[in-house]
Amino acid sequence: MKRATITKLAALAFAASVVLLWQYLAELRLISPIFFPSPSRSIDVLIYRMEDGSIWHPLSATSLRMVVGWMLASVAGVAVGATIGSSRLARELLDPTLEFIRPLPASAVIPVAILFLGLTNAMSLTVIAFGAIWPVLLASVHGFSSVQPALLDVSEVLGFSRWQYLLKMALPSALPDIMSGLRVSLAIALILTVVTEMQSSLPGLGWDIFFAQRSYRSADLYAGLILLGILGFTANYLILLLERRTVRWRNL
Amino acid sequence: MRRGFTGLIIPVLILLLWELFGRLGDLPVNAVSRPSDIAAAWFNSLIDGSLLLATWQTFETALLGLTIAATVGVLIGVALGLMPLLEQVTGPTIEALRPIPAIAFMPLALMMFGFGVALEASIVAYACVWPILIVTIGAVRAIEPRLLEVATTLEMPLPARLWKIVLPAAFARINVGLRIAAAIALVVAVTVEIVLNPRGLGYHLILAEQSLHVALMYAQLFWLCVIGYLLNMVLRNIGGPSRAWGTAQ
Repeated sequence: MKRATITKLAALAFAASVVLLWQYLAELRLISPIFFPSPSRSIDVLIYRMEDGSIWHPLSATSLRMVVGWMLASVAGVAVGATIGSSRLARELLDPTLEFIRPLPASAVIPVAILFLGLTNAMSLTVIAFGAIWPVLLASVHGFSSVQPALLDVSEVLGFSRWQYLLKMALPSALPDIMSGLRVSLAIALILTVVTEMQSSLPGLGWDIFFAQRSYRSADLYAGLILLGILGFTANYLILLLERRTVRWRNL
Repeated sequence: MRRGFTGLIIPVLILLLWELFGRLGDLPVNAVSRPSDIAAAWFNSLIDGSLLLATWQTFETALLGLTIAATVGVLIGVALGLMPLLEQVTGPTIEALRPIPAIAFMPLALMMFGFGVALEASIVAYACVWPILIVTIGAVRAIEPRLLEVATTLEMPLPARLWKIVLPAAFARINVGLRIAAAIALVVAVTVEIVLNPRGLGYHLILAEQSLHVALMYAQLFWLCVIGYLLNMVLRNIGGPSRAWGTAQ
């Protein structure tokens, strides 16, 4: 216990010394203030933007885009995954096509999405959903296809319909797989949110960073990076909590 | 054999209906093209060499970024794997950097390097270093302690210890990390090209869209699917034997 506290303190000290070293080097002008502005300047920008309130709009726009796109991907991914995972025919029909499309970089559908939907939120959400669907989809296929045969027998004995079986037996049994897929999907959703914002000038943190660079305000650029890091970390942490809560029964 | 056939039903059906609607109905011409036109556009760009040149540019940059990431990731990973205390101390700092999407560093890299190979390769390297680093730390941790004891008994100097014991023992697992990173490298390279960098497959794709060469755009999209699919297949196969060797230990 005591040893663990010491390592934690040492870890904190290490992080602090990296930031301090950076600050020191920047103040001495040993590293270019254009490429590596001192951390205190980026934090000043963050505080200033928090005070005048201009930070919240891009932050909420990016979070919302990420979450909505991720939810679309999750619903579609679980639905398709359940179909493929619980039906041999669906698997044989769809698997090769999906295997062919899957390695396609998600950002490569941006041009197509722009032609169909223009530079809109709908375009951005489509691209996010397309890219974020794969981890959930693969995890659901695995989860639904590896349900214990005994559970199928039980549901037959109980006279369950196919829907009841899927909802009451297969879904809970596949949940641990699905949850880990959802976590990977969320990280991808954040990446694609930033990509679509940069590509299509949609308001949000991605666009903020791009704009900061175009006006050579590197402190603003780093402030945006810090915010993105916090957003990614928080999102990952929240879904880990959710994962632990929902699949707690598994470890009992 | 039968399995392969069932898998073809849906793509063939889609292509046929697509072509049919293209001939009979009226597709929105500035968003959709006919499969036959797409095939022709693909063939033309293959013949005049532009497609292959773009493919080479993308691969070259992705490979450069991957090499940098592999060097840095394996070096730091081995160091942190051998020294658990150091890993615990630096861990939180590394974890704080990891959730920032690599793509977000693009504007910064643009300021530093300008357009070109360096911009793209640096972003690819940043994105690829994490999986390699994490897998390497795990791989070094998982080395049989007796092997390290052997090295101590033989009084091997550090370079020999690393070269003769640590790397061979951890290689099979590190290889898995490299394969994950290789797939990421291609995706990130194309993404950088689509958003910013005027070279390679991604740039040609967005250029075809912006100049409304719709058939060419779909042809390049199809080509990207083919490349990604082939790359995955190659990665899966070169990983096979060494993985079997690794698990046999």
